[in-house]
Amino acid sequence: MKLFGFKVPMMTSLLFWALVWEVVGRMDVIFLIPPMSAIVSAGFELVATNSWQNASLVTLRSFVVGMALAIGVGVPLGIAMGRFKIVDNIFGLWVNMFVSAPLSALVPVLMILFGLGETTVVVTVFLFAVWIIVLDARAGVMQVPPSLIEMGRCYGASSITIFSKIILLSALPEILAGIRIGLIRGVKGVVIGQILVSIIGYGELFELYSRSFDMERFWALTIILFAAAMLLSAAVELFEKRIEYYAGAR
Amino acid sequence: MANPMPARAAEQSGTATSDAIVEVRDICKRYGDIEALRGINLEFERGKLTTLLGPSGCGKTTLLKIIAGLVPATSGQIRINGKVVTGPGPERAFVFQDFALMPWATVLRNVSFGLELKGVPQAERHRIAKHYISEVGLSGFEEKYPHELSGGMRQRVGIARAFSVNADVLLLDEPFSAVDEQNRRKFQEDLLQLVEKERKTFLFVTHSIEEAVYVSDRIVLLSPRPGRVSQIIEPNIDRSAAPDVIRRDKGYLDVVEEIWQGLRQYAE
Repeated sequence: MKLFGFKVPMMTSLLFWALVWEVVGRMDVIFLIPPMSAIVSAGFELVATNSWQNASLVTLRSFVVGMALAIGVGVPLGIAMGRFKIVDNIFGLWVNMFVSAPLSALVPVLMILFGLGETTVVVTVFLFAVWIIVLDARAGVMQVPPSLIEMGRCYGASSITIFSKIILLSALPEILAGIRIGLIRGVKGVVIGQILVSIIGYGELFELYSRSFDMERFWALTIILFAAAMLLSAAVELFEKRIEYYAGAR
Repeated sequence: MANPMPARAAEQSGTATSDAIVEVRDICKRYGDIEALRGINLEFERGKLTTLLGPSGCGKTTLLKIIAGLVPATSGQIRINGKVVTGPGPERAFVFQDFALMPWATVLRNVSFGLELKGVPQAERHRIAKHYISEVGLSGFEEKYPHELSGGMRQRVGIARAFSVNADVLLLDEPFSAVDEQNRRKFQEDLLQLVEKERKTFLFVTHSIEEAVYVSDRIVLLSPRPGRVSQIIEPNIDRSAAPDVIRRDKGYLDVVEEIWQGLRQYAE
């Protein structure tokens, strides 16, 4: 970006807003906004504490288990829906309904079903992530060019070979795109699940800080979470780009 | 019907010629209520290039795919080397209109894919694939991906793949329709050289009259709705002449005109 003929480095806007925040914070207009410098130093203190480290571990564990389930169920289900009309008819309506449903509303029900613990959070992550993974895998399988499948048949491939060597690889870019969006939704799922359950992981910390008006730590935790979600998304995107490169001709 | 009389009635009536590699017997194809092909009887001689030519909707691609075993016929038989076939087989290879290349695989892997499916060991199939990659003029592009190639080059990959499985019959479905005009001419010339060199039977579908006359030993004209054989023409062009000479040859131009007269009734 250029401003008044000077080349402006990429992170400038972020620094600018941090600066605005700092100024507003120092003016002491509202207790909700402490100065940025105080938040940053609170953040460094926070990551050194035992409670943060334990909370992170619990959060990470729920997230990884929930995502593994979502990918493990979502990708095969999506592929089956794309390949078999009957599976599509059975699940299509539900998947389309859940993909846009406000799932947060379901968490209280989940709490009754699975108790006030990690299981509920894992299920929340799963429910947040799985539908988009199903839909993208389905779309990927359905848009495999028919001539590629004819090509496989014509050169003597069995149905299994056509599936593993042509359909699966052809659908890979869409499957990965679904997983990336699923990961982002999963991060939302883990936070919302924990906040609603509010006695484990980051949910417990958020609850603690907001109730005791410890805004420095509240914001520090929020920023750490945002940064983690963005890094995760960027990492998958990087991987996706390499796959897209091979699929660029489509 | 204003159709001209079939030029070679004997070949249509189904009497066996000595060396027919592909025989089409009473092929009919219906899609629901739509009759795509009606009573097609044809024979394709070994080592010849035959073109199926006709306006859109005449079922030429359907007929080619039935011969390939990719589309089932409603009734009738296809025989290859005298044997009735119902599905794809190793004696036939197909070249697709949209190339049908795997975008995630290199040129080398795409060309050797047919051999890979047959279980040929890697070193062997790469050797064969490299040979045909150079035959179609793509040496040096072995490690490129399809999207790094032009349309013409991609179709050369498709043709190399068809050659490398060493099928007796090559079925080409409008192979040059997605290739731009300049490259198409060069491509046609190269194809004729390959036909000369590889001694295979070619079945070629096109909607370009000039292309058909330029490359074919024999042209089967199909008429639409339902698709039937309306005329068979043997251009008898001396291919030893230079391409530019052929394209200005009186015989060549006369055949183009003759076919156009036969087809113009279907033009909108």
